[in-house]
Amino acid sequence: MNKNYFEIIRAGINTTFQDQGRKNLYHIGIPFSGAMDNRNYLLANKLVRNKLDHPVIEFAYQGPSLKYCGDNINIAITGDINFMIKRNNNNIDGKCYQTFNIQNGDEIDIISTNKSVYGYLAIGGEIDLKYQWSSCSINTKANIGANNGKKLEINQKINISKIDKDLNNNKLDYINTKIENIRIIKGTNFNFFSEEGKKIFFEKEFFVSKLSDRMGMRLEGPKIENIVDTNIKSEGLIKGVIQVPADGNPIIMLSDHGTIGGYPKIGVVISADYDKLVQLTPGSKIKFKEVELSDAETLFKLYELETQNLISRI
Amino acid sequence: MIKNILNLGDAALYCDFGKDVNKETNIQVIRYFKSIQNQNIEGINNLTPSYNKLIISFDLKKMNFTELKNIIENLTITNINELKNKRIEIPVCTHENFSLDIKRLEQILNKRREDIYENFFNKEFFCYMTGFIAGMPFLGDLDETMRAKRLETPRVKVPKGSVGLTEQFANIYTFESPGGWNIIGNTPINIFDSSKEKDPNLIYPGDTITFKEITKDQYHKHNE
Repeated sequence: MNKNYFEIIRAGINTTFQDQGRKNLYHIGIPFSGAMDNRNYLLANKLVRNKLDHPVIEFAYQGPSLKYCGDNINIAITGDINFMIKRNNNNIDGKCYQTFNIQNGDEIDIISTNKSVYGYLAIGGEIDLKYQWSSCSINTKANIGANNGKKLEINQKINISKIDKDLNNNKLDYINTKIENIRIIKGTNFNFFSEEGKKIFFEKEFFVSKLSDRMGMRLEGPKIENIVDTNIKSEGLIKGVIQVPADGNPIIMLSDHGTIGGYPKIGVVISADYDKLVQLTPGSKIKFKEVELSDAETLFKLYELETQNLISRI
Repeated sequence: MIKNILNLGDAALYCDFGKDVNKETNIQVIRYFKSIQNQNIEGINNLTPSYNKLIISFDLKKMNFTELKNIIENLTITNINELKNKRIEIPVCTHENFSLDIKRLEQILNKRREDIYENFFNKEFFCYMTGFIAGMPFLGDLDETMRAKRLETPRVKVPKGSVGLTEQFANIYTFESPGGWNIIGNTPINIFDSSKEKDPNLIYPGDTITFKEITKDQYHKHNE
């Protein structure tokens, strides 16, 4: 009988366990998975003094409501999130980027994300989870990872096998910034598109469609005309690839993407912009801007430096 | 041999082995894939071999495009004879409950279903690659007269075990998934098993596959 656990009172829309993901499996058709917004994932773990590659609970739009049973435990929530801690009959307003000490009987109610998609709940201690290929990340399409590869559901229990007993009150001043301009490197099939199509791609606005999930982000807007072939021989995909199928609407591959695809690649989102891209909600505006490979490498170095700096400030 | 190495975004190499899709080119891709895999190069986090391309993704925190391109260009590649490949027979039931698109194929190919199946079951297939969804094998080559395009509107749900045809290839849906291939039957065999971490696929690139027709009774007995 496990004495420390969270019980799920409300599951939320897409609540999963995520960590750094699993590598070297594309060749058998298994994507990377892992936390969509890597910076917020790392910060959540650091706030509760976990190892940085520890599993966390990722949620989208509406998060879960969790009732706690057990010894005092630290939690932290990152992202841009409205949440509340219900203790006895009081409601404590939750603040992101701050640790909270949760007591027996408390309920963490993660009401919603604020003009963003993903948020993270880190728990100070070890969660009892199944690992597959060294990762607990849940891939709901292939049913891989913790919880039999399925989203968390109401009435389920999350068992904590070990608690970090020291109370802490870590805090970080950090505000998530939004971006509209997504920087890309031209894709390997860039020249499949008409001059007008290329111009549209860089000059017009696209909007994030509702049909977006952990696998991909579909965009709506002016159609991008293909003048060569709307299919290519199927080949590998990576996170951030922008494919344009025959209907002319771009699709950006995200962390749970299919590993092989047969649509022309017009571009690839640079690594530095990925965390912010995934946070764009349906209806958000996107404009693509071209950068050179060397600039993309420098921008990633700067982004990574900034992330490390934030981690070291906790 | 690799004809050209380009960058795919800022964290992947796109190795192009030429335009053609044939066994010879694909064997070159698989040779490179296995050689790179065996060398455990620090920083590489994924290899995706396909018909005529190999994509190598890497951790941008550990290396960059130019560095990895240099390593790949100077690699020693394993000889083809050292590749270990298997022969596998896959049972398939073509009962009408499973052969969702056989009527469509009869029309497109202008063949009777008996002839379509005779051609299919007498064929030896080569596994070019696995992926899209976990463990899905892409098997070739179908005869010229057996080639049909994808469904115009893909199915939202293709049942697990479905065997499909498109252009020169056959494939098997390892679990329920959206998809647009022409479905001609279903196998009761588990092609992908995530509980076997070391060896989750039944079929790997380079393997030889044949299909064997089974009755509905045999199909159901298989899962008992």
